[in-house]
Amino acid sequence: MAKKENCIISLQGVTKVFDGTTVVDDFNLDITKGEFVTFLGPSGCGKSTTLRMIAGFETPTEGKILLNGEDISKIPPYQRPINTVFQKYALFPYLDVYDNIAFGLKLKKIPYEATDKNGNKVTKYRHLTREEIDKKVMHALKLIDLEDLENRDISTLSGGQQQRVAIARAIVNEPEILLLDEPLGALDLKMRQDMQIELKEMHKKLGITFIYVTHDQEEALTMSDTIVVMKGGEIQQVGNPTDIYNEPVNAFVANFIGESNIYNATMAGKLKVKFLGKVFDCVDDFPVNEKVDVVVRPEDVKISDDLDAYKNDLHGKIISKVFKGVHYQYIILVGKNEVECRTTKDFPDGSEVAITVAAQDIQIMKKEFTKNIYTDAWIDKNNKLVIGDDTFDVDVTQLLPGSHVDEDLYLISKDGKKYDLDDADVIAEFGLGDVEIIDGEDNGNANGTIISVVYEGDHYSVLVRTEEEEDYVVDTPYTWNVGDLVSVKVDPKHIKLTLKGGIEKYERE
Amino acid sequence: MKENKSKLRGLFTFKRKDLCIPYAVFLVLFIIIPILIIVAYAFMDADGHFSFDALVSFFATPNKTNVLITSVFIAIQTTLLCLLIGYPLAYFLADKKVNKNAVLVTLFIAPMWINFVMRTWATRDLLYMLGIDGGTHPYLATSIGMVQNYLPFVILPLYTTMLKLDKSQIEAAADLGANPVQVFFKNIVPQSIPGIAAAATMTFMPTMSSYVISDVLSEYKITLFGNYIHLDFSSSLWNDGAFMAVIMLILVGLTMLISSRFEKKTEVRGGQLW
Repeated sequence: MAKKENCIISLQGVTKVFDGTTVVDDFNLDITKGEFVTFLGPSGCGKSTTLRMIAGFETPTEGKILLNGEDISKIPPYQRPINTVFQKYALFPYLDVYDNIAFGLKLKKIPYEATDKNGNKVTKYRHLTREEIDKKVMHALKLIDLEDLENRDISTLSGGQQQRVAIARAIVNEPEILLLDEPLGALDLKMRQDMQIELKEMHKKLGITFIYVTHDQEEALTMSDTIVVMKGGEIQQVGNPTDIYNEPVNAFVANFIGESNIYNATMAGKLKVKFLGKVFDCVDDFPVNEKVDVVVRPEDVKISDDLDAYKNDLHGKIISKVFKGVHYQYIILVGKNEVECRTTKDFPDGSEVAITVAAQDIQIMKKEFTKNIYTDAWIDKNNKLVIGDDTFDVDVTQLLPGSHVDEDLYLISKDGKKYDLDDADVIAEFGLGDVEIIDGEDNGNANGTIISVVYEGDHYSVLVRTEEEEDYVVDTPYTWNVGDLVSVKVDPKHIKLTLKGGIEKYERE
Repeated sequence: MKENKSKLRGLFTFKRKDLCIPYAVFLVLFIIIPILIIVAYAFMDADGHFSFDALVSFFATPNKTNVLITSVFIAIQTTLLCLLIGYPLAYFLADKKVNKNAVLVTLFIAPMWINFVMRTWATRDLLYMLGIDGGTHPYLATSIGMVQNYLPFVILPLYTTMLKLDKSQIEAAADLGANPVQVFFKNIVPQSIPGIAAAATMTFMPTMSSYVISDVLSEYKITLFGNYIHLDFSSSLWNDGAFMAVIMLILVGLTMLISSRFEKKTEVRGGQLW
């Protein structure tokens, strides 16, 4: 990453491992002085751990944290010019509001010039005087609008007031960086929105760097200059709120930031992408035939009831209509897929509409395969799994713990209930390494053509596509030729099934 | 008819508060009535008439007031010593890295399982072997015996408090610039005040009234308040004994009052929202 100018803190290859689990993996980020940076991600994504490493509560397993060019990763928290606003405030209940805020100031020592007995100038350190502390605390109280509450007990304050005291206690020390660990999590919605605006204003007024951790995408979009989206200890995307919202790099980011329609799609040609059963023009250039994820924001879906004028476009039926104040939110059923749409136009529930999406509103993202997932698989009358047109042996007893299959192929539960799984809709999953490729047709469960072979360091990632356009991604040590006809085979014990809906509806007398 | 039935049922329905009845009976029979009897005896003369004889006799006998002062002093000394030894110990025991599965705590609590009198006699012999026999060092032997006996009562409440310390407050203190020593004195100690109060009460009250330890370890050279009460009762001076028991009751009540104030003041946690 290019060195930013005015960089106040720089995380370089920061990795944290707890008991063999990598919580933060090779984190690289430069933060500019005065920036409002937000680490955004679901719980367990490593955002809080990263913050705690900046604060000094955790030491990175690997990597460096440079503050103004100096490595601080081994310095204890009390020597860092960084202060934290904690998730649950962590105020001192045995001190009143004033003493909570003054806590840091009373410990602080400031340098001053003195003359020793030989007449040389030396730097000595002294505590702040009571007047100095008083002035700073009063200033901080004014900033958080709690001027009259200085002598109140912490326990008599409301959550919002405690929150403000926690912020005042941190900023009164004039840190170079203020860390905020989900500080608004315990407040109600209205309060949270007010505090967001107040924090943003405080940031402007103080001019110090804020690093904010949250799982709330709206909070991140409202306040940040820069958002760092994290997942599984890794940075997914870094950018300003507009970029993150409009140009998410992958399905995870798109899904996490704002409402979105995400579809499996295939590149149907140069700047053409096929999803929802139709080919759309697009602006992102991906190799033809590649399977991709497509994101369309609900507000970018344009609908019209003039079916004739849009007869070559997608048609669907409104199955849900919700008035949201400024706009309506529709769910439109297109084939088997749902399309969410937001518009100020009023259409009756249940009506047929035509759907169009402009080329620049289709965001195409590289698909990352971690496993093969088939969401429209089903079980046939022989208790075999059907994906597309192909059947796989599978262990159906995993759908009900402790069950077995009788000679009539009914699933019998522990307590003797009988289930007929014929035609049951399931989601089937298996790992990339659980699929075997066999030369020639009809040697395995399904036949397909090899679409791509990518070498990934220590193995090949091979994409096999069947006639029904079902894809099998296979990790294999062997190389194959693109265009070959092959069979794929999956060991039944590796196939994980999840029933769509409850098992009750398959019960038989 | 219907009314009758419900009345009848009311007679046999079991309410939750009925569960208190056994204890209430016990409380009245064995605690309240005896206390009333003691108070009554304290203000009676040998013939059973109301009088302040016992009160006058207590304050007019320097020996008795001296014993009270010695007892309070030994109790305070024992409490302080126990806290001084027990506090850092509890702090380290609560550290999961030092004390992986609380085995160590059991080890420190284990002396409580041994019969109190037997333990005291064992201490006497042990001290004798170390050259601190009751004949030559009655005060030292008693002090050591007291601390040894009441240490587990200090460790246990402190240990539970330490386990409940709010880690984020400790981090906040460090974050605000407190070095480890400052974190300890400015946050951990204030946070553990309820535990300190509980530990102090649990040591101070029983040391005030104990007499077996001083009898055995000082070879009857040190007389504590408990000894005196025991002595009066065993020599049939019921009224004098009862009056001293009332004084003890007042002291214990005062200790409770003081310690409960501490608990109230620090119990408030940041948990309350609104």
